[in-house]
Amino acid sequence: MSNVANQVMWNRLISIVEEQAQALVRTAFSTSVREAGDLSAGVYDVRGQMLAQAVTGTPGHVNAMADAVAHFMRRIGVDTMAEGDVYITNDPWEGTGHLHDITVVTPSFHKGQMVGFFACTAHIVDIGGRGFGADAASVYEEGLYLPIMRLMDRGTVDETLIRIIRGNVREPDQLVGDIYALATCNEIGHRRLVEMMEEFTLDDLEGIGGFILENSHRATVERIAALPPAQAEGWMRIDGFDAPIDLHVQLALEDERVVCTFDGTSGIDKKGINVPLVYTKAYACYALKCAIAPEIPNNAASLAPFEISAPEGSILNAVHPAPVALRHVIGHMVPDTVYDALDKILPGVVPAEGAGTLCNFQVSLRPRTDGVAAPDAVRSEVLTFNSGGSGARPSLDGMSATAFPSGVMTMPIEATEHAGPVIIWRKELRPDSGGAGQYRGGLGQFMEVGAQEGHEFDLQAMFDRVDYPARGRQGGATGAPTTIARSDGGAMRGKGKQFVPHGARVMLAFPGGAGYGAVAERDPALVKRDLARGYITADAARDDYGLSEAEISAVTDAVAKGEWT
Amino acid sequence: MSYRLGVDIGGTFTDVVLEGPEGLTSTKVLTTYAAPEDAIIDGLQQVCAKAGIDAGQISQIIHGTTLATNALIERRGAKTALITTEGFRDVIEMRTESRFEQYDLNLTLPEPLLPRQSRFTVAGRIDAKGQELVPMDRAGVAAVVAQIAKAGYESVAVGLIHSYLNDTHEQMVRDVLAEMLPGAMVSLSSEVSPQMRECERFNTVCANAYIKPLMKSYLGRLKGRMAEVGAGCPIFLMHSGGGIISLESAAEFPVRLVESGPAGGAVFAATLAQRFGLNKVLSFDMGGTTAKICLIRDQQPKTARVFEVARTYRFKKGSGMPISIPVIDMVEIGAGGGSLAHVDAMRQIRVGPESAGSEPGPACYGRGGANPAVTDADLVLGKLDPDNFAGGSIRLDDAASATALVQVIGQALDMDADTAAFGLAEVVDENMANAARVHAVENGEDLADYTMIAFGGAAPLHAGRLCEKLGVKRLLVPEGAGVGSAIGFLRAPFSFEANRSVYMKLSDFDAGRVKTLLAELAEEATGFVRSCDADAPIGREYKAYMRYTGQGWEIPIDLTEVQAKAPDAATFQRLFEADYTALFGRPVAGLDVEITVWAVNAATPKVIVSQVDDFSMAGTAKVGSSRNLFDPALGKRMNASVVLRGDMAGATIAGPAVVTEDETTIVVPASRMARGWPDGTIELITQEGQA
Repeated sequence: MSNVANQVMWNRLISIVEEQAQALVRTAFSTSVREAGDLSAGVYDVRGQMLAQAVTGTPGHVNAMADAVAHFMRRIGVDTMAEGDVYITNDPWEGTGHLHDITVVTPSFHKGQMVGFFACTAHIVDIGGRGFGADAASVYEEGLYLPIMRLMDRGTVDETLIRIIRGNVREPDQLVGDIYALATCNEIGHRRLVEMMEEFTLDDLEGIGGFILENSHRATVERIAALPPAQAEGWMRIDGFDAPIDLHVQLALEDERVVCTFDGTSGIDKKGINVPLVYTKAYACYALKCAIAPEIPNNAASLAPFEISAPEGSILNAVHPAPVALRHVIGHMVPDTVYDALDKILPGVVPAEGAGTLCNFQVSLRPRTDGVAAPDAVRSEVLTFNSGGSGARPSLDGMSATAFPSGVMTMPIEATEHAGPVIIWRKELRPDSGGAGQYRGGLGQFMEVGAQEGHEFDLQAMFDRVDYPARGRQGGATGAPTTIARSDGGAMRGKGKQFVPHGARVMLAFPGGAGYGAVAERDPALVKRDLARGYITADAARDDYGLSEAEISAVTDAVAKGEWT
Repeated sequence: MSYRLGVDIGGTFTDVVLEGPEGLTSTKVLTTYAAPEDAIIDGLQQVCAKAGIDAGQISQIIHGTTLATNALIERRGAKTALITTEGFRDVIEMRTESRFEQYDLNLTLPEPLLPRQSRFTVAGRIDAKGQELVPMDRAGVAAVVAQIAKAGYESVAVGLIHSYLNDTHEQMVRDVLAEMLPGAMVSLSSEVSPQMRECERFNTVCANAYIKPLMKSYLGRLKGRMAEVGAGCPIFLMHSGGGIISLESAAEFPVRLVESGPAGGAVFAATLAQRFGLNKVLSFDMGGTTAKICLIRDQQPKTARVFEVARTYRFKKGSGMPISIPVIDMVEIGAGGGSLAHVDAMRQIRVGPESAGSEPGPACYGRGGANPAVTDADLVLGKLDPDNFAGGSIRLDDAASATALVQVIGQALDMDADTAAFGLAEVVDENMANAARVHAVENGEDLADYTMIAFGGAAPLHAGRLCEKLGVKRLLVPEGAGVGSAIGFLRAPFSFEANRSVYMKLSDFDAGRVKTLLAELAEEATGFVRSCDADAPIGREYKAYMRYTGQGWEIPIDLTEVQAKAPDAATFQRLFEADYTALFGRPVAGLDVEITVWAVNAATPKVIVSQVDDFSMAGTAKVGSSRNLFDPALGKRMNASVVLRGDMAGATIAGPAVVTEDETTIVVPASRMARGWPDGTIELITQEGQA
């Protein structure tokens, strides 16, 4: 019968961390947390092993946070931990990869004994320094650094720390509000845990923890053991900031583990696109887990069989004090790189390459300086998250304008336009951007960004796949590359802060996913459907997919007459 | 004397309840999908015959239906086009740009309700302040309407950016449509759902347009057929927010009928809460396929402004279509009597959302079902009597249940039939308990001091265990639980919520504008209600949805009519801080507060329900027989008393026990005792004492 109780408690712990995450969304201030879901939450045993984690926005947090609690135990000292304590850090190497992620850890006490920890992480909009962008030459310029330390000591907030934080960031109220929200969400998790322990008359989490970890480990190892032992290498070239970056991976499937290394990868970049190892591990592990053991919940034991490393000093294992603010730009490309190798071992499982990196940008608006600004012109910072197309799958088209590997959401443009004097003139699918193939890549999207009359702005671009679009698999075609231009003819680059004068707009086309399989194999009915819906133009239907003029006319006529179903 | 009829069309049954001076008369008839009004006529004639009255004596019919929901789920709506702002053709297809299931490489996103070729764009743009940035291009609109006419669309949705702030462009599109395509039905997003966030608003107007021809024609036919059989009285519709609207409003805004059946169930539970004077109630409605859970504070079901319909992926959040209309806030999960169990890769028992339905049904129905369902576990555990299920109409085969449990669960996990059944029942109960817990925390509530009200065929079998899991000390199972939604329709007031998105910071509070806005909303809401009832007094409730500037989630703040008519910033600040502190522990000092949405609900007075008086117990109920019942909290079988519900009036029975009736069985765990109230309600309380 204890088996049944354990089954129930495992479900309960997952429900508890979902509640924990929900409390954070409800009380957070940063748009990245509350609109886009860029956060995570989890519960740990007394050894710092993660037992359960909420399924939230981003794998970058999900897996990186698994290691974080052990760092807190070491830095704070377990002996000194007391009821009412709350700890904090934004250490890129011991947290989740850049200063813009705040991690808060709370020890959980029951009947006077420490029984475990709750941890949560959220991406906040500003941490001071140069602002969110790739322009810093070292982590010192990227903002305020909070080493692992006490935020609350036995229930008392460290007011000195709060004053230092307030004095160093652009939006002090919101950051402090977010820090309180993080502490509140751990507290909610702790309360629910104590209720569960009382209901099941537990004094510690040893029994249930063991049950979760053993079952997860066994299930994961079974999945790995079912695969043929094999080795393969993979490779991908991406834009980088000033020069292209090569990502190289070596993958080995063994009896009870998967070993993944990144020898041969480009070195540390001068700009803030470098990746701390925790973040590389997070995305490599995420990619492997999706392909090999997708249903097994994340915890210490289900992640352990995936052994990830990268050479120190490479862009995927950047060491202090490398600038790392935009580590996601490279980190989001890790799954496609890993899949290039995995596809050679397990054909027919992984998708073709996709947009990868989120197509994010930040707009810094201000009254125009080249003429008379309107009296109500203001300064404002607006951040948006957007997605290109995902790669086609072995038996499905790619997903259009959908994030992969990231899982964050976009913001409604009506909400974005309320955040500042920005105008989004266009946000819609980009026809013909999905790579052709038996299965078509997901479509990217067009965006057009301008400012209200009387304003000029800087656009902080964080785009990739300008020079190196997504590559197809099994004969599928590449996806369309990213393009960026100014409506007044001014040239623009895929990365960096760039000025846009009064009256001009930025015209963006985000990349499509690549195709899977030879285009000749595509079901003609799907080609016609794509033409009818305008996912492809008549030109592409003819030139890329081989539809005859008569077939094309038949489709367009049927659409015009409303006879297309 | 006056008679009223409540009619609920569900997926399987159409429930008809007649209420007159002698009380309630009810019947269940099979839903007739091709012409749903047929089942209503059938049911109407049955209850009239039972009560011995003419259809002409019915003064009012209140109707709720799953037809709108089903048309959306099954994509059986009209040929519909969307006209939207240039640059935003794909809003309903791009959604939030995220994946609702992160680890599935073969995820399929939900298809947008209207395919891309049915979405047309026009130039013209309103900004976030409601100012015109680009004028409407009337010639461009005419060109688009010509295309729509040529393609023969029957219904047109109009959704333009920021139209919730300024609807002049949408009105202009309607004018052109009226001129060039007078036969088409038109829905404007600024009327159907005037709220910020384009994805939800456009989806809502598309859904409205999509089901409008179907619902309009059905409602028209229904009115005619009812008149033919002599029931020429007014017909009203239950809406998703728990109120009643006229048939004409329903035909204009049919999207408001989505989930009207479950809304009736919540109203039913709220009425019982009122009768028992309960301010914190968790309603639990469990049928054959799903369970619905709703919080009822102060005898009012919780309401929300957005929900998701037609989830395509295991009821997973994000896999459906977001609809923003006033709605009773509930969680629905795939957990019902027919939900099927399997064992997954981690050797965990999983239950639902796949359901055995009525064909083949659970293994115990003996109709070829080989997989164990919740009902099979309930049977093996002794909760059900195989010879007396559904009034004896189906003989249940417990051996078939045991075989299915052993084959699917027992062999994988080395469990016998008993343990497998225990595991299955515990998992489904835990799923429902988890859904209730998460729903409570989303609303900042703690369930410990709540009372549960259970109805729907399967709920009384599981409610006792659910209370144990949630720490809920008191459970009520009302009479008529099987047709609860239809009874709820008869208890609902006429009501209508008008709301608008208008951003305002308290530091920039414009009292004059607030006063005017609330007065306009009050007039709009009152007008709707007045069209349903010419005489009744109409009350108004004012709400402002508020948050700290920078937060993404608002909390609703109640305003009195006095506060609404003379608004001032200090009062708003005080009310907000008090509610925020109650929910989240402490206010955040020094931050500006803003209001995002304003709402006024107008309603006729609630039906006054007399409270039941406490009563003296007549002693222990007559025990008919005993049964071997598995008690999950104790983890063992026990000898349980079997009592007929009819023998419970004024009597008590200690758990473990089962209270049986034709429609369902109430399981009383060992930790609880049951007592029968004079109104027929069975109450379960903890053994230690009174709740």
